[in-house]
Amino acid sequence: MEPSELKRSKDSPNSDESTRRSSFPDEVLERVLSLLKSHRDRSSVSLVCKDWYNAERWSRTHVFIGNCYSVSPEIVARRFPKIKSVTLKGKPRFSDFNLVPENWGADIHAWLVVFAAKYPFLEELRLKRMAISDESLEFLAVSFPNFKALSLLSCDGFSTNGLAAIATHCKNLTELDIQENGIDDNGGSWLSCFPESFTSLEVLNFANLSSDINFDALERLVGRCKSMRVLKLNRSVSLEQLQRLLVNAPQLAELGTGSFSEELTFRQYVELESALSNCKNMHTLSGLWDAKGIYLPALSPVCTHLTFLNLSYAALRSDELAKLLAHCPRLKRLWVLDTVEDKGLEAVGLNCPLLEELRVFPADPFDEEIIHGVTEAGFVAVSFGCPRLHYVLYFCRQMTNAAVATIVQNCPDFTHFRLCIMIPGQPDYITNEPMDEAFGAVVKTCTKLQRLSVSGRLTDLTFEYIGRYAKNLETLSVAFAGSSDWGMQCVMGGCSKLRKLEIRDCPFGNAALLSGLEKYESMRSLWMSACNVTMNGCRLLAREMPRLNVEVMKEDGSDDSQADKVYVYRSIAGPRRDAPPSVLTL
Amino acid sequence: MERRVNYENDLNLMATELRLGLPGCGDDEPQRKTNPSIRNNKRTAPEISEVTSSESSSSVTMSGSDDQDSPPPAKEQVVGWPPIRSYRKNCLQSSKRNEVEGMGMYVKVSVDGAPYLRKIDLKVYRSYPQLLKALENMFKLTIGAYSKREGYNGSDYAPTYEDKDGDWMLVGDVPWEMFISSCKRLRIMKGSEAIGLGCV
Repeated sequence: MEPSELKRSKDSPNSDESTRRSSFPDEVLERVLSLLKSHRDRSSVSLVCKDWYNAERWSRTHVFIGNCYSVSPEIVARRFPKIKSVTLKGKPRFSDFNLVPENWGADIHAWLVVFAAKYPFLEELRLKRMAISDESLEFLAVSFPNFKALSLLSCDGFSTNGLAAIATHCKNLTELDIQENGIDDNGGSWLSCFPESFTSLEVLNFANLSSDINFDALERLVGRCKSMRVLKLNRSVSLEQLQRLLVNAPQLAELGTGSFSEELTFRQYVELESALSNCKNMHTLSGLWDAKGIYLPALSPVCTHLTFLNLSYAALRSDELAKLLAHCPRLKRLWVLDTVEDKGLEAVGLNCPLLEELRVFPADPFDEEIIHGVTEAGFVAVSFGCPRLHYVLYFCRQMTNAAVATIVQNCPDFTHFRLCIMIPGQPDYITNEPMDEAFGAVVKTCTKLQRLSVSGRLTDLTFEYIGRYAKNLETLSVAFAGSSDWGMQCVMGGCSKLRKLEIRDCPFGNAALLSGLEKYESMRSLWMSACNVTMNGCRLLAREMPRLNVEVMKEDGSDDSQADKVYVYRSIAGPRRDAPPSVLTL
Repeated sequence: MERRVNYENDLNLMATELRLGLPGCGDDEPQRKTNPSIRNNKRTAPEISEVTSSESSSSVTMSGSDDQDSPPPAKEQVVGWPPIRSYRKNCLQSSKRNEVEGMGMYVKVSVDGAPYLRKIDLKVYRSYPQLLKALENMFKLTIGAYSKREGYNGSDYAPTYEDKDGDWMLVGDVPWEMFISSCKRLRIMKGSEAIGLGCV
């Protein structure tokens, strides 16, 4: 016991009275804590006492930063000396919908420079909504010899040249996951940059890219990477090419097909079906761009084991979906386009009793002439057949309060309820009443609700309900809703676990903004755009709460006193210095 | 389902008390009405409160559909609504483009005894009856009804097509979608010659 007691007293010389000594030597404590994976658990652990704080920081290998401006790379490096994996999120979520100005920030480069110095053995980098240039990708590729996994989701600023740099230099790469980014596609020669000796790739997702790739290079790459388990192709890969790839990779667990629409001869069809049936481990299927209904039966051998089917790029009809789902009894997650209509969703309810997540995307979101798509009936049908449903994203053009009440009665375990009635301010189309009671039913019944997106015509009553009942709510998205400041005040006052609040086009003003004064430091961020907040209100907030960054984005031609877009977030790094001229930091 | 409301149809919007959910389309914001650009989506909330506290529930409904005769002029899209990522939007748009323009499926149609061939776009049709009717109109002949057992027996003409393998098949045997994807050209045979085809 002696040496460890010495070590302890060396580490924490002043902590005798206020901190309780752990009876473990530091090494043991670190070993135990290294088994903790959840970053929330780790945060809790680090608050116990100084010993635990230190043990935790030395044992942490993965750091999750939900807002890149809440902390600086130097602070992170100082606290956590042994990081191998970083997850970083940048821009506010509404940047996905073009509400955030260009050059807003969230550039990864400054982080990479610090990491290169402090974490030369960095292995993984996962970025969401960050700006990343080709230069940064090249820098990354040459600075970290052990680099293994790169995942870019909804990022922008780079091109396939940057990917070429990664392919060329990262000898130990296991994962390259490029999803839904604003990428400049200069062609598929980046794939040829993987050296012939390179065999470690396990995850390759380039579905994002639109141009043709060098298929020979891809075929050879897949052939020699025997541990590959995730392969997501882009649209340029044909069915015939897919079959050739599958023959060499029957071990795949997740497949994103390329285009599923060109003509096949009978023999080609049989070969494809046979190749698919050899993939005994496949549990996730996506891609299926422009899928032609007649070729879908080729998928049936794979369907029995499928747990996740992503058909959100295949405009299937209801009968085509029904035929396919008849083979998918184990499905837990399903993404579809609303071309399947209510009838297709009925088939979901009938065939997929284990379903936990459903996302229905609109095929024609901006076309006002379209009269099909899905309605409340489809959602209700699913709820009757799928009692385990807990995650829904549903785009529709009509809804009723009664339908939603039925849905949550059938599925009380919702954790994520995101309903988008696509016409702003649309009431219950049968009773013409606001949709207040619908969301009231959701929050009253679904006690585990963590994330909620509301839509349709809503008065302050919706927000009273949310404040009163949604005690586990962490993320709330509001658009074109509410009647007065009172609505937002209810939410700020009642939702104790709220972390992210994003609001657009609502009548909430300074009183509402300032009602959350005490709360913003316990939240990750607040976004308010096209509301009634003024510059003075924002200035007041900034003055009262110095540990918050209050940023205002002005639009051209707007009133000087209006704060068009407001982004408020807690930060220990102080106001940021890289804001473009259109962003004012107060 | 309710008709879409378009934000740009000013006459109707002005006439109704409640303008959809986008308050601020008021007299005091002239630039909003005429400017179809997507940048102008600000809301002035006072109108919202007026609007939502309005008594008449009928005006709460979304439609200018009662007033609407003429199709809307350029519709003003609200920025970032519905909330769909740009990536997905671009994919959907390019799918539609493929469907609508470039990929018309033109095939040659020959009729026995006719001096020259015609071309038709198969993509325009959704079913066999539609296609056959169009062919009848184009060539001024009657093809008659299809039956599984007898083909087009009993009519003057029988429609056939050349498939991917180079074989001549009777139109109507396979599902429409399969036909569309394998049809290379059409030939309308004279009834007398076509008798063999129907009974195979």
